[in-house]
Amino acid sequence: MIRRASRRSAVLPFGAALLLASLPIPTSAHVERGPATGFLTGLEHPWSGLDHVLAMIAVGLWGAQLGNPAIWILPVTFPMVMAMGAMMGLLGISLPGVELGIATSAILLGAMVAGEVRPRLAVAAVLVGFFAIFHGHAHGTELPPGQNGMLYSMGFVIATGCLHAVGIAIGLLHRWPAGRLVMRGTGAVIALMGVRFLWRALT
Amino acid sequence: MGSLAGAALLVGHPATAAAHLVTTGMGPVYDGAGHLFLTPEDLVPVLAIALFAGLRGPAAGRRAMFLLPPAWLMGGLIGSVLRVGAPASTPALSFLVLGGLVASDLRAPVAWVSGLAVIVGLVHGFGNGAVLRDGAGTLGLIGIVAMSYVVVTLVAASVVSLRVPWMRIAVRVAGSWIAAVGLLMFGWALR
Repeated sequence: MIRRASRRSAVLPFGAALLLASLPIPTSAHVERGPATGFLTGLEHPWSGLDHVLAMIAVGLWGAQLGNPAIWILPVTFPMVMAMGAMMGLLGISLPGVELGIATSAILLGAMVAGEVRPRLAVAAVLVGFFAIFHGHAHGTELPPGQNGMLYSMGFVIATGCLHAVGIAIGLLHRWPAGRLVMRGTGAVIALMGVRFLWRALT
Repeated sequence: MGSLAGAALLVGHPATAAAHLVTTGMGPVYDGAGHLFLTPEDLVPVLAIALFAGLRGPAAGRRAMFLLPPAWLMGGLIGSVLRVGAPASTPALSFLVLGGLVASDLRAPVAWVSGLAVIVGLVHGFGNGAVLRDGAGTLGLIGIVAMSYVVVTLVAASVVSLRVPWMRIAVRVAGSWIAAVGLLMFGWALR
């Protein structure tokens, strides 16, 4: 009886994840129009693509699952490597399969959270850093010439950091057994959404 | 190799002093004080060196507090005489180096922190000097220097007093953001 109840409680979040992932959403990823006018535009930009938002939250969630020091090393790694990717994009250095890389990042990072996978810290940091290049490159390529690149960059980096913080804040649930299930369910949602992004990138 | 050299030349080239101070209506000292708070290119490096000095302890914090403002004044006076702005890449380089140091929480000796504070003060003060000559003058420079002293003192002291480990981690995360902005600024400069 108890086993059936615990199985039901494990299935529920994943069922909810499946339901959420199958809801229709507008295609909003990664084509930003308008001038880069400054701090507020930069602050707004990372929130404009759901694939980026979900991957950032997954980084925070995974860091929270892995605990100290990953909880801060992963969010520190991401913006710095992402900035390198953005710099590549700004300089016009091409990177093949950017959209595929971004979609795959949502799948893999979501799967890591869903499976509560615990690799060595270096492996986790390299995985997060690898995908950060794709996210940074996409944003660097699409940043239009603006009035103040520095203010735009500050807004952009702070917004990305805040997305990680959202993931880490959700990760506080990890203290409780039910919270762990919710986190794993959230990871499953992110992975499923990643599959959708991948499908959209391929078709 | 040629393009890299060209890029290095571009970012290292001294800028012409074309900026102007914000006018507060309260006189040149306050114009200078307002300048620091309204110019992230100067404010963020001051914050970053204060964060780094704070992470390195009270001795480093005290050194930064007493060395950065006079170095800034010295740099400003030299800049106002020479009337040449600092290289355009100065803020990006400051963001990258200082942010990286804060993020890595490098166990640097106090002498290093002192040296960095002097370099940051001289370079950024130099950039201010040429601008101030046509505006608020030396009084404006004094306003900037006074505010830099206030900012370094308050921020370094706050970081030194942090006892909860995650607060120090938050400081390091802020450092990584500053370094990331520095990298992006290089990208914008070279675009």
